[in-house]
Amino acid sequence: MNSYLYYPGCSLAGTAREYGQSTLAVLRRLGCEIPELDDWTCCGASSAHSLDHRLGLALAARNLALAEAQGRGLLTPCAACYSRLAAAWHGVRQGGEVAEWLREILGRPLEGTFRPRSLLEFLVVEIGSHEIARQAGVPLDGLKVACYYGCLLSRPAEWAIDDADNPQLMDGLLEELGARAVPWAYKTECCGSFLALARTAVVFGLVERIVEAAREAGADCLVTACPMCQANLDMRQRRGRPPLPIFYFTQLVGVSLGLAPEVLGLDRHIIPGLPLLRERNLVSGPVGLRERLLR
Amino acid sequence: MVGSRLMRPDLQKSERLRQRIQELAGTDVGRCYQCGKCTGGCPLVEAMDFTPRQIMRLVNWGAEDEVLRCQTIWVCATCFTCTVRCPRQIKVAEVMEALRSLARREGVRSPARDILRFHRLFLAIVGRFGRLHELSLVMGYKVFTGRLFQDLGLGLQMFLRGKLSPVPERPGGARQLARIVSWWAERERKGGR
Repeated sequence: MNSYLYYPGCSLAGTAREYGQSTLAVLRRLGCEIPELDDWTCCGASSAHSLDHRLGLALAARNLALAEAQGRGLLTPCAACYSRLAAAWHGVRQGGEVAEWLREILGRPLEGTFRPRSLLEFLVVEIGSHEIARQAGVPLDGLKVACYYGCLLSRPAEWAIDDADNPQLMDGLLEELGARAVPWAYKTECCGSFLALARTAVVFGLVERIVEAAREAGADCLVTACPMCQANLDMRQRRGRPPLPIFYFTQLVGVSLGLAPEVLGLDRHIIPGLPLLRERNLVSGPVGLRERLLR
Repeated sequence: MVGSRLMRPDLQKSERLRQRIQELAGTDVGRCYQCGKCTGGCPLVEAMDFTPRQIMRLVNWGAEDEVLRCQTIWVCATCFTCTVRCPRQIKVAEVMEALRSLARREGVRSPARDILRFHRLFLAIVGRFGRLHELSLVMGYKVFTGRLFQDLGLGLQMFLRGKLSPVPERPGGARQLARIVSWWAERERKGGR
């Protein structure tokens, strides 16, 4: 099983720090030590492929080639990294002139032997929801979650890990851990991605539609597997109604596995998520310094 | 007045444009029968000047100037909703990507300058450090666009939560990335001429 190298991606050292923290904590707790790919570089999301098709492929492909040289595939928590790595992998597998060009500009062999894996797929398919639930000590009872997959795990068909309209991987995993995954219609709607800076108003609108739909479905919170989605939903909810907290799925898995809130970075959200988890008795123990200060 | 605004299909130009899109995106826009499903599902259509359906039509009419000079191709966030829904199996999002590539290669002056600035800054940072340093991207963008105080409070909030790493990382592979980025920059320069 352990034939992967870990590719965190740039956001996991910054805006999505809690995603990186909770991923590593959960993997360690489950007994999967996955070494980080040495010398990894940016996959190019979202700008490289926006400017040039080949540039987008080349930036991601470099990491595939590094891992392939070590006889391993890449495992990444980030949906955007997964999408770009998979696009490059797909390009290489199709062969022809593009694959040739990639090998040339990288100056490395690259056959696309190993398909990149997203962390969500790895946990559900390779480790198994049932196995994770077996090791979990804290059932997520009473927590109503709206699982939000966004675009990049569910489309396009060539490398999607789940259904384009009604994906189920995250729902199944969290239900197995005792949460109630509400059915709702905005699971794979776009959050506006990189437009958050250049077209902020547009992103506020998209986020509002998604959060409203989750609220109408009766959810207590949204759960994502994408740093871009989490950032937009966490930072661009309009003021007025009480906001819904936005968790990474790894954070809730970690809570269920009994990991401490600071270890999971649960005190790092802009919209505090810990009050909800405490109210449902899913997290106990003393209130940490950051949690107290940034309420 | 009306006469000058009427557009007629230019089949030769259309053939050429479709061919170039085929090469970049591996999809044939000629299959489009204008059902509008791409537009119906597009989350960003309100911020566009042409709808995705109109872009398909313009391509098939050979209206190269219009499709390379529009906002639409830059506002597209590549969410792939159009691609998975197209009943004619046209990869619509990939067509948008191909049109962006063509626009850059031809040195077309884009109306979506803010979005372009964001992307170019992103590439400059990645070309320099090998990884994206988010704080540099956000600060750089705010400085360039003069929106220095927008989101300032948010930035502080993120900083207090340890979400903005102050110092960029620079792995050894940065040099190879710099080479790939300069391959692209070189072609951009040629296109701009």
